Amino acid sequence: MALLKLDKVTKHFGGLIAVNNVSLELEQGELSGLIGPNGAGKTTIFNLITGVYPTDSGSIFFMNQDITRKKPHETAALGIARTFQNIKLFGKLTVLDNVRVACHYRLKSSVFSAVFDLPKYAEEEKRMTDESLRLLEAVGLYKLRNEKASSLPYGHQRKLEIARALATRPKVLLLDEPAAGMNPEETLELMKFIKKIRDEFSLTILLIEHDMKVVMGICEKITVLDHGCVIARGSPSEIQKDPEVIKAYLGSGTYARS
Amino acid sequence: MYRKKSFWFTVFFVVIFFLFIQYAQTHFDAYIIRIMNVAAIYVILGVSLNLINGFTGQFSLGHAGFMAIGAYASALLYMSPELKVMNFFIKPLIWPLNQIQIPFFPALLIGGLLAACAGFLVGAPCMRVKGDYLAIVTYGFSEIIRVLFNNLQSITNGPLGLKGLPTYTNLWWSWGWAIFTIFFIKRLIDSSYGRALKAIRDNEEAAEAMGVNLFRHKTLAFVVGAFFAGIAGGLLGSLVMTIDPNAFNIMLTFQIVLIVLLGGLGSITGTVISGVLIAFLMEWLRIVETPMKIFGFTIPGISGMRMLIFSVILMIAVLFFRHGILGDREFSWESIFSIFKKRDSMEGE
Repeated sequence: MALLKLDKVTKHFGGLIAVNNVSLELEQGELSGLIGPNGAGKTTIFNLITGVYPTDSGSIFFMNQDITRKKPHETAALGIARTFQNIKLFGKLTVLDNVRVACHYRLKSSVFSAVFDLPKYAEEEKRMTDESLRLLEAVGLYKLRNEKASSLPYGHQRKLEIARALATRPKVLLLDEPAAGMNPEETLELMKFIKKIRDEFSLTILLIEHDMKVVMGICEKITVLDHGCVIARGSPSEIQKDPEVIKAYLGSGTYARS
Repeated sequence: MYRKKSFWFTVFFVVIFFLFIQYAQTHFDAYIIRIMNVAAIYVILGVSLNLINGFTGQFSLGHAGFMAIGAYASALLYMSPELKVMNFFIKPLIWPLNQIQIPFFPALLIGGLLAACAGFLVGAPCMRVKGDYLAIVTYGFSEIIRVLFNNLQSITNGPLGLKGLPTYTNLWWSWGWAIFTIFFIKRLIDSSYGRALKAIRDNEEAAEAMGVNLFRHKTLAFVVGAFFAGIAGGLLGSLVMTIDPNAFNIMLTFQIVLIVLLGGLGSITGTVISGVLIAFLMEWLRIVETPMKIFGFTIPGISGMRMLIFSVILMIAVLFFRHGILGDREFSWESIFSIFKKRDSMEGE
């Protein structure tokens, strides 16, 4: 049984069909890619899974549970975390606080016990801090924990976004163009990093990426979208040979080199 | 270690402060005491509005409405039945309000709680609007309260207002509540809840994606902010001894927004400083409203000149000091300690 399943999902924006009858399955532990030309509906699919937009038709299942009508904070609590294409950090908060915010939904203490720092809250706060610091260590931002998030360099901001997503203790991680704006060296490091966190946190990862080196290099399965429709699905080598993909995505007859 | 040290420093200074308050209450003249009372009320209002506007990023203009609710609810509870009969000579006050009289403190609390309920009612639908539109909706709310209170003659005595209220408000009450407000809101924003509020301010979409329940946290900010606004309303009513619906108009909200903007959106320290400053300036600037003789010309006293000066101050602040007195920085003992530490280590070399 698939961990995350999209069943014939459709989404319109006015007259534009952003996502058309898309079905998609993610198996436990899989690292798969979602590719397609600009405007193919990739980010919209992320927004539908996390509940930012309601679907027009079709349904989404996560661990056999219907999450079609769930709100973003509910899907996050269930175990679906995401990063954003254009980084969306809490700029005025410190690096540590950015991660701690993502632990907040698990807080059981009331507002009053938080304000008066009762023992139960103090213990929970300490646990949140410890967990966040461990995550920062895992992504290599421990030393920068007291910096303002907006003052970090771009590559670190991407990593912080991933650390923040991990703090929600996800089962599925949705990465929206993690390699955007990175140089080849950073990209290589990122690929290793993604594989590492997948194994370390036993995650299922779905990533959107334009950098073919990343997609072909680390994804085990690739889904290709064009104009909101799935046009191909398979392993990287299958995708590279697929005539539909070549026509829609890679252009006139040249093969992508991985 | 530092935390413990700063805790005792805070306790020490709060004790010193209340000794000063005790001295002021018995030795200062009534005029200064009154300004100090107003300053405390401004501090409560500014800090509570800063929670909504500065820390949660929801620009609200509803504070006067919350104050009106707190002021009326508490006044109707602590006024004596005889006083109520004297006030309500056109239309009698409805039962059971005309019978009951309770002490000042519980009356204040009930006023605050009713304002908090109103805060919930405003905060909940405000989930659907953002930015300027939220400001319009909340402003609309406080106008609705004003119009409602003008017309609910059998409860609020309408535009006649309530007069001759007993003065319970003294420096102990006002500054006690001010210190409690500062403590409560400071602790709230430093807690996990506060981080969630600031996350909503910085990026609502990301906050929601990280599991922050927007509805719950936005209404939390409104409820807490409105509660303290209600308390401040109750204190103000008992201080000025007379309240009428039109006292809680947009000018009052504007004044609180001015305090928050001058102090710095997102700085409690700044709000406290600017709240006290504006309370004193409001009185000292009365000079400009008296008739003056400049270069042989006699200028008649124009009432309202003070507000003109405040408008100029606000414009200068918006143009040149966008972040107010302190921006989003806060006072902390740690920063004071570190100054001394640096000096010590320099002397040691």
